[in-house]
Amino acid sequence: MAEIAYLAGLAIRGSDSLDSPRHSAVVRITHWITTVSFFGLLVSGIAILIAHPRLYWGETGGVGTPSLIDLPIPFMIGHSGWGRYLHFLSAWISVLTGLVYAPFGLLSHHFGKNLLPARADLAWSRVARIVWNDLRWRRPTEEESLTYNAVQRLAYLAVVFVLFPLIILTGLAMSPAIASVVPLLRSGFGGQQSARTIHFFVAVALVLFLCVHIAMVCLAGFAGRVRAMITGYSGARKECS
Amino acid sequence: MSERLSRRKLIATGVVAAAGASGLGIAARLADRYGLIPPDDGGIYGVGETMTYAAQRVLVSRHALAREYTRSDISKIAPIKGAAPEDETYQRLLAGGFRDWRLKIDGLVARPSFFSLAELKRFPSESHVFHQACEEGWSFIAEWIGVPLSYVLNLVGVRPQAKYVVFFGFDTNFEAADKQTIKGKWNSIDMADAWHRQTLLAYGMNGQEFLPAGHGAPLRVRIPRQLGGKSTKYLSWITVTDTVKDIGKGFGAGGTERGFSWYAGI
Repeated sequence: MAEIAYLAGLAIRGSDSLDSPRHSAVVRITHWITTVSFFGLLVSGIAILIAHPRLYWGETGGVGTPSLIDLPIPFMIGHSGWGRYLHFLSAWISVLTGLVYAPFGLLSHHFGKNLLPARADLAWSRVARIVWNDLRWRRPTEEESLTYNAVQRLAYLAVVFVLFPLIILTGLAMSPAIASVVPLLRSGFGGQQSARTIHFFVAVALVLFLCVHIAMVCLAGFAGRVRAMITGYSGARKECS
Repeated sequence: MSERLSRRKLIATGVVAAAGASGLGIAARLADRYGLIPPDDGGIYGVGETMTYAAQRVLVSRHALAREYTRSDISKIAPIKGAAPEDETYQRLLAGGFRDWRLKIDGLVARPSFFSLAELKRFPSESHVFHQACEEGWSFIAEWIGVPLSYVLNLVGVRPQAKYVVFFGFDTNFEAADKQTIKGKWNSIDMADAWHRQTLLAYGMNGQEFLPAGHGAPLRVRIPRQLGGKSTKYLSWITVTDTVKDIGKGFGAGGTERGFSWYAGI
């Protein structure tokens, strides 16, 4: 309740900047499609992983050969059938969504305007202050929550331009058919098993991002942030217009 | 003003929707004609499967070759998934060194034939060192010795209507009178993989002129551009067909009836 009252106050006071939506329609729609398909990928990815929860480096690996990491999960076969069906369906939805989002981000200057941090904001002292404020769970001021800070921008850029491409490429590198056409894709990652291992760690990084992302949404006011990502406006817009 | 705009918007939306729907219809018909629809195209998962299969068949060259490794890359351990058939026929053939075994090839071929192991070994022999991954996640590199499937298909003369090559092993009830009652680890591939020059009918492995029982003796197919599960073991019967709808539940593979996608080029 406190959050809503807080944001309602923000909406009225900051009415000028609230005339244009906090998030554009394309960002909002692609955000929620990605949310659903990410959970599809995560659940099905776990279903596939538990059939053989050991990670290797190089081209090959299996029971009886040295592993890189033995995950503390029992071997559970029998889930990778539906797991693979759901994984590739969700992957297609994610990739197609990305094919809408990425050109939009470039053409509409979404990347440049909303995600690229200003050089001055990248000073260590500023970045450290942001992280320190987040760590001691200090709510952003109303002005701060109208835009992303440098740490948020860097995190989003890393997800969009590093983690997403990396998880797609390592996924493709595991495909025997794709590897026959682009052998460099597989050998570039160090082999099929290396690609599988990197795929796993990028997935872990994305899950960590998701945890921090949700924590930050809670910190900024869950209802208002979710409302902004659904309607485009965080407060009661009608009061403003 | 806003009314006119909204009407224009409505018409535009309608035109886009109609174009989209008819576009999808045309796409579906074209996809079917050019063999871009997998047998397990039903349901919501079928949408993803069809996209994967169609995208790969359009974008991946049919002639692209799987990487050939050197003999020094061969894995020390070649894990085995599933045990050799336990039925009496198989055990008897195994004990007799498969001298009485015959591979039946029929269906849409000009000359339905039976081949003995000795005959297959007299055909031009090839050796390939391939990487093979299981859908579970593990993988190994092994050398496979055999005759290209395309060589045998040319011998029996494949008819132009052929769309699939179906493999039945001893672990299927391949002698079932009605193909719809067939169960087990039968599988099928499209003609792109059937004619692919690395697709092998393998009777030997890792320098030896025979397959260990667990690896599919006397004969297995090796399809290097798909996951290992497609490489059916213990072959007994190969049939060439224009549809897999009348075999088992019509999904193109016994494994697909148990929930695993038919196309495994992933």
